[in-house]
Order: sequence, then C-alpha cells, then structure tokens
Amino acid sequence: MSSVQPTLKPSISSRLRGVWESDIAWSFRHSPVAMIAAFVFLALILAALFAPWIAPYTPFDPASLNLMDGFTPPMGEGMGSGSVYWLGTDDQGRDVFSTILYGMRLSLFIGLSAVAFAAVLGVTLGLIAGYVGGWVDALIMRVADIQLTFPSIMVALLIFGIARGLIPAEYRDQMAVWVLILSIGLSEWVQFARTVRGSAMVESKKDYVQAARLIGRKPRQILFRHLLPNVMGPVSVIATIYLALAIITEATLSFLGVGAPPTRPSLGTLISIGQDYLFSGEWWILLFPSMTLLALALSVNLLGDWLRDALNPKLQ
Amino acid sequence: MTDIMVEVSGLTRRFDVSSPWLNRLLQREPRRILTAVDDVSFSIARGSTYALVGESGSGKSTIAKLVLGLLKPTAGQVLVDGSDLSATATAASDALRRRVQMIFQDPYASLNPRWRVGDIISEPIEVFGLEPDAGARARRVAELLDQVGLAASDATKFPHQFSGGQRQRIGIARALASRPEFIVCDEPTSALDVSVQAQVLNLMRDLQSELGLTYLFISHDLSVVRYMADQVGVLYLGRLVETATRDALFEAPCHPYTRMLLDAAPRIDGFGREHQTDGGEIPDPINPPSGCHYHPRCALATERCRVEVPAVSNLEGRQVVCHEATQILSGSVDL
Repeated sequence: MSSVQPTLKPSISSRLRGVWESDIAWSFRHSPVAMIAAFVFLALILAALFAPWIAPYTPFDPASLNLMDGFTPPMGEGMGSGSVYWLGTDDQGRDVFSTILYGMRLSLFIGLSAVAFAAVLGVTLGLIAGYVGGWVDALIMRVADIQLTFPSIMVALLIFGIARGLIPAEYRDQMAVWVLILSIGLSEWVQFARTVRGSAMVESKKDYVQAARLIGRKPRQILFRHLLPNVMGPVSVIATIYLALAIITEATLSFLGVGAPPTRPSLGTLISIGQDYLFSGEWWILLFPSMTLLALALSVNLLGDWLRDALNPKLQ
Repeated sequence: MTDIMVEVSGLTRRFDVSSPWLNRLLQREPRRILTAVDDVSFSIARGSTYALVGESGSGKSTIAKLVLGLLKPTAGQVLVDGSDLSATATAASDALRRRVQMIFQDPYASLNPRWRVGDIISEPIEVFGLEPDAGARARRVAELLDQVGLAASDATKFPHQFSGGQRQRIGIARALASRPEFIVCDEPTSALDVSVQAQVLNLMRDLQSELGLTYLFISHDLSVVRYMADQVGVLYLGRLVETATRDALFEAPCHPYTRMLLDAAPRIDGFGREHQTDGGEIPDPINPPSGCHYHPRCALATERCRVEVPAVSNLEGRQVVCHEATQILSGSVDL
C-alpha cells in the first residue's frame, strides 16, 4: 500500500479547469448570441442589485421630489430644481432612470423568486409522481393537466384574486410582492413537474435505484440523493425560459393594475403609468421602461434557447 | 449434511398485467395474470455457486428480485441463513440486508452517473454504519478498489470515465463494500465484450475463494455457467425443469429442454456443422400451454404431457421434471 492518503474530494483548481474545459463552456465561447445575451443580462442584474448606489435620485422619497420638474424630457433640465435628468421625469417629477433601476430590481426579485418557488414545487411533485406511480401519480398529473387547460396568466390572476381576498386591506400593499410570487409560482409549476416526472420514471427503472433500495435506502433519500441530480439537466433550461415568462407575467399583472402597487412600482407598473402620457407627447415615460423589459426578457430568453441547444445531445 | 446458505421453497410470483379497469369494463376483457415464477424450490450450499439458466422471459430476473426481497412473493419463501428477508423491516432484517448483495447486469445503468466512484462504493458502508469515521471509510474504499483491480485514485472519478469492464468492477466493489456473504449476480457479464467477460469472471471466482462468498448466478450463456457453477437449475416459463451438478448436467442432460439448450449453443469446434434446433420460441406466459409447459416444442411429447403436469423425479442426485425422464437417462429414448 502506498502511504498517500486517498481522498474523495478533488481540488478546487481541478474543478475550475473542468468547468472551463467542459462541453457547455466550449459551446458558450462559440456562441456570440449567448455571450451578448449573458453580458446584457449580467449588466441588468448588477444595475438592479446596486440600484441604491447607481441611481442619481431616490424616486420614492416624496421629500426629494420636485413637482415643478414633472415631464422633463430626456437630457433636459428640471424647471424647478435645474438638475439634469438623463431619461427625463414622469408627471410627479420622478427620475425615469432611477425608477427603472428600482422597478427592475422588483421585477427581477419577483421573477427569480417565483421561478424558484415553481421549480421547488414542480420538481418535488414530479419526482414523487414519477417514482411512486399509481394513484399518487394520477392525482398529481391530473391536477397538472387541468391547470394546463387555462392560460397561466388567468391562473395567476385567479390565485392573486383569492389571496388578496384573504388578506386584510391594511396589509395588501405590503403583501403584494409575496402574493405575486405565490400566484406566478403556482401558475408555472406544471411544466417542471411534467418534465421531471418523465425523467424520474426512466431513471427509477435503472439498476442504481435498485442498488440503493437493496441496502435499505428510504424513498426520500432515493428521491433527493439519487434521482434528483439525474433529472436536473432539463430543469435548468425550463427555469431559464420560465424566468423570462415570470418577468413578463409579473409585468402584465402590474400593467393590469393588480400587481405591484404604484407606490412601489415594478417595470409593469411603470409601463402602465407611461401609457397614460403616450398620446400627450411624453413618450419617454413609456419607452424607457418598455425597452428595459424587452432587453431583460429577450436576454433571458436567448440564454435559455442557447442552454437548451447546448444541453441537447442530439444537436451536438 | 451440507451447510445451506439459501433455501428457496415453493417460490411463486404472479403479476397482474390487466389493462386499467375502465378499459376492461368497456372492452369486456378478462383479468390477465402472468405467472413469472411458479413453485420454484432450490437450495444453495455455503460457499458454492448456484446457476439459474433459461431463455429471456423464463423468470430468472424475477427470482433474483424475490431472493433479494426487492419483490414480495405471491407464495413460498426465501430463507437466507435461516431468516426471511421479505419480512417487514426490523433490526434483524437490516442486519440480514447487509449480508446480501447484488451485481447487476448493465454496468451502464447500475452506477449513478452523477456520483463519484468513491461515493458509490462508500454508500453501503455508510448506510450500515460499518466505518463511522470518514478517513477510515476512504481507506476502505481504496482497499476495495484495489481488491477489484482498480487504482485508489479512481475514487474521485465519475462512472462515465470508465469502460464497461471497469464499471462492472466498480459494481463488484460496491457489492463487496458491506462485507456480504451471499451475492446475487444477474447476468453480470452479458453486457461486456467477450475478452472482458473472462477477466470479470476470474475476478468473481478469486473473490469467492478469498472471501468464502456464496453466489446465485443468473445467466443465459451456457459456457459462462459451465465455468462458474457448482449446481445448475434450468428454468422454463417460470418452472425449474432440471437441477443437477454442473458435470452431470453438461455431460448427460436429462430434460429434453436442457438437451435442446445445449444443442443450440454455438460451439467452438462446431464450425460448418448444421444446427439442430426445434425452431420454437418460448410461449406466451399469460396463457401457458397445459400440462408440461414444454410439450409444444418437445419431440417426445405424448398425450400425457399435454394434460398432466409432470412431478419432480429424483434420479441419481438430480431433479428432473419430465414424464420421460427415466427413459431418457437410461438411454432407451433417442432425442
């Protein structure tokens, strides 16, 4: 026997090199679209994350607002304070650039949380349905099928309405963000569950699951330690594509006036506000939030498309 | 009296393969019951190898799962060293589970592709609490890898970095990890190249003599069985038709089906020789033939074979399930 102590964990540097040399990294380095999309998405994420430091104004502090600065066009000087607004101001004199940064922050937070919630719920239910089978599988998948017959925006609206009804009026504005996450998450879990169920059914027939059952592993350990790592490939693709969808759903709900409150606007709320002034000539209030939403959703979508192709063995 | 490790008695397993009840109701279909294993009894002496031979669909793998307690028998029981593995989970059955392991057929499906080899092999050690200390566990994994002819450094690799034969070695190392006494081998070499088969079989034989293991060896490959087995049981449509020692079975097969199997196997000295096969296939197990299951393919079949299920006859240390067994053994009937 050699005196070298065997270890089960490889070094960090060899792991990093492994990631850089992996097929997926190669595919990323050879896809200009994916790189541009990743750059745009990363820039938007950072801008949202550091909004309090980047934004020149605090748009939601009523004391710092100057009503005389209202409707200042882009690059114009406010009539009241004389300060310069890069993207102009809205009717109340709020800096459009700052509101976009804060609004994007909220949109991204809601989108990411909703997708995470939908993924956890859908993956868990899908794993159980695929592994246990029988009436448990039938019950979960019939609920999923019924939900699929409705448009997801309608499901979200329905859940949003019910949740609002259950919450006392004085807490509604505070709870709006969490209600949004719940309703968008519940409207999107089906696709995760269906995909994971299929893979779980295939994987649970394989002998490594038998080997785990043989040594007396409990179903919970088999589900999460053995099956879960083997069904996560498609989940990352769905999660990316559904992130774009969740952001758009949130914007739609907010645009319809049932989402984020005007006191704490998301991108959808901003677009909804801007729409009122489109025909009176103040185009910037609508245009810039819309362009930001477009850039955000498009970059996430393109990343998702690239990821789907990169992970699809048939296209390699 | 030999020391019995595994005792299988009257083992029967039926599967309900009916369509869902609504379809049955609408199409007026009867229930469809498949008898995969039908009243199978055999015993395995400690330290020996018992081989089960049969065509696909004869119930070999079902017997393996029944013996391991992965399936519950419809009737009959399996005793491993005197205790029942399929009994409800108790401390005793946990202790027994450690002593029983399996080597799987497909080395590409039997190792979790997302787990490192070291984690795969140390899982049984961890579950049974054999080495509470992580360092000791890693040393044991290294020892096991060395035992099956792999390097200790292979523990950090993933299964896809190995060839089929090496993967099967990893599967053997995992099976040995809990220090078992009885290992069920379900066609352990049928997915491997011929050149690698011999290496894996040799490894299994060396480990058997080194660790005193008892094997239940399931295969359809007669040359592999001849190399590995001490006792051989021949399965046809879920029933054992002949049980004998390896030498007796291969030199003087007594059941017409065994004889057909031996004749059908390609032989290295048989080039250019015309094969004599009966051309038949294994019948539908849901509606098996009456009487002796083999009678539609048997050259010796009489009216009696069509009606009456033959009883087990004990002839010179072997068990044969055939009406004509005595005549075949004495040579008075020509096959």
